[in-house]
Amino acid sequence: MPLVQDAAGNEDIVIAAVAADPRYVALVARRARLGWWLSAVIFCAFVGYLLLIAFDKALLGAPIGAGVTSIGIPVGLGLILLAIALTGLYVAHANRHHDAQMAQILRDHGA
Amino acid sequence: MRAWLVALALIPSPAFAAALEGEAERQPINWVAIAMFVAFVGLTLWITKAAAARTRTASDFYTAGGGITGFQNGLAMAGDYMSAASFLGISAQIFNDGYDGLIYSTGFLVGWPILLFLMAERLRNLGRFTFADVASYRFAQPPVRSFAAVSTLLVVSFYLIAQMVGAGQLIKLLFGLPYALAVVIVGALMMLYVLFGGMRATTWVQIIKAVLLLGGASFMALMVLAQMGFSLETLFARAVEVKTQAALADGATTSEAAERGRSIMAPGNFIKDPVSAISFGLALMLGTAGLPHILMRFFTVPDAKEARKSVLWATGWIGYFYILTFIIGFGAIVLVGTDTGYLDAQGALRGGGNMAAIHLAHAIGGNAFLGFISAVAFATILAVVAGLTLSAASAVSHDLYATVFKHGQASSVDELRVSRLTTLALGALAVLLGLVFEKQNVAFMVSLAFALAASGNFPVLILSLLWSGCTTRGAAWGGTIGLLTAFILTLLSPAVWTTTFGLGPAPFPYSSAAIFSVPAGFIAIWLISRLDASPRAAVDKAGYPAQRVRAETGIGAFAASDH
Repeated sequence: MPLVQDAAGNEDIVIAAVAADPRYVALVARRARLGWWLSAVIFCAFVGYLLLIAFDKALLGAPIGAGVTSIGIPVGLGLILLAIALTGLYVAHANRHHDAQMAQILRDHGA
Repeated sequence: MRAWLVALALIPSPAFAAALEGEAERQPINWVAIAMFVAFVGLTLWITKAAAARTRTASDFYTAGGGITGFQNGLAMAGDYMSAASFLGISAQIFNDGYDGLIYSTGFLVGWPILLFLMAERLRNLGRFTFADVASYRFAQPPVRSFAAVSTLLVVSFYLIAQMVGAGQLIKLLFGLPYALAVVIVGALMMLYVLFGGMRATTWVQIIKAVLLLGGASFMALMVLAQMGFSLETLFARAVEVKTQAALADGATTSEAAERGRSIMAPGNFIKDPVSAISFGLALMLGTAGLPHILMRFFTVPDAKEARKSVLWATGWIGYFYILTFIIGFGAIVLVGTDTGYLDAQGALRGGGNMAAIHLAHAIGGNAFLGFISAVAFATILAVVAGLTLSAASAVSHDLYATVFKHGQASSVDELRVSRLTTLALGALAVLLGLVFEKQNVAFMVSLAFALAASGNFPVLILSLLWSGCTTRGAAWGGTIGLLTAFILTLLSPAVWTTTFGLGPAPFPYSSAAIFSVPAGFIAIWLISRLDASPRAAVDKAGYPAQRVRAETGIGAFAASDH
């Protein structure tokens, strides 16, 4: 049971029209760019963390200031918080911008 | 000596040290734990009964009618993903080695954002019941569906064996029940949930378990921090002091002891060479985005927006849980490691290496809280195995039976009947495998499941969603090559070749296959698609633009059918 179709119930016509809409093309490109960028950030952060562990364990083990807590603690916990923050960023952005723009495009094509 | 043994155990299979390993010592029967567990089972069976009355169609069975909210689904995903092995195993690893446990935790979390950024919304827009719906969307159904079903069954089987064996050992340990009885109880309860309650009951079992586990772990971490004046610095300082004193008692010199004490604040032997490190990271990161039982959960929500919210909640809860586990592990060093009541004559944990969090529960809240945490660990296993079984049953009934054998002509009633028969068969098989593998070291199987998912499912999904040139042959055969590469290299790796089968030095020296098998999957799909000049390939490529619009917009997406 299709969720969205035009008045005549023909999805193919709507799909072709949406695909040709420059606003749709721009929105999808923007959204994909955001997705790939954020993926690259978390990917590089994690791989960088692993490489740091593989090549320089002493750096992460070094204490912060005069205390016992090592540099590795905020780095590791920070990676966990980064993962949560980036998902939050993406969801907030999609809720605030992408959804409304996409809904407008679909409305304009009678979908 | 002991530290050396732990290090040795970690070397061949760093990726699975967190799984429950080795044979557990049987404990005296714990009546508080059993009473709490019976209460949990009573509640979940009551929910199953209510869910059974509403499980009439295939859609109810596979996706709870698509009526789960993003918040509920996020909790259920967290419940599906946070296993007893990660709770007990990671806190135990921190108890022994300190910092290394944190590396695991990050690895298990970083796949979730990638799942969201590249796949979650598109999956929901194109799929209906299983990830194969999405992977095969514009392709000839039988080859791609068959690949997806085989891949699902492989991933689920290895994951399930590890869970069943872990469950048997854990329950023997916590409840004092015999191994075989424990495995049969897990198998029987899981079958009841899935058979009668389908996705609706499974979801609620996972939600309840997630709430109990997060609540219990929060309480433990809070109590640990309260004793340290809410200062992490104090917690770490006292843990270092405990480890230093232990080293001194072992006969180390003052400077050696200080160094060994400090070592828990730094990465240890967990990651030895960069290739294994990256490979292990890839398997965890991309494997998460290819696990069939996780992907299936995206079809339980009404639309792409709720799918997105699910991942945010799941990532939040799972990340929070790993931070708690970290505090619990260090808390155990201070509160359990110094109390001779929890240690045996050799200074090792009573009941086995995975007991750190369990003893800590006793140290904090006495017998009642120990019973509560034990019951939560049992519930955790049930929730995970129920999710696994449901996804395997769906692969057989929806992908193989309804689509490949009946060419999409199967009635909902027949499809439902086949899912239930498959559930019965899988439940029996899981119990049997649990019994067969009792004495085996199955720790490598979780990592194998992640490597298979990362090398087969992930490349097929990404390229079928985002590359117009992908063809039926490319997806089905390229995906199979990715799977086979991961499988064969894992068999040749130290964890299996040397540790499990004792065949001597391993032909494949790295701890994870992913760094080779993930590119193998992508390249094979690309190459086979490029070389594919069949008439079908033209149809596949022509289908891409419409598929892309549907994936991006949700036009034609299957709506919730909750009645």
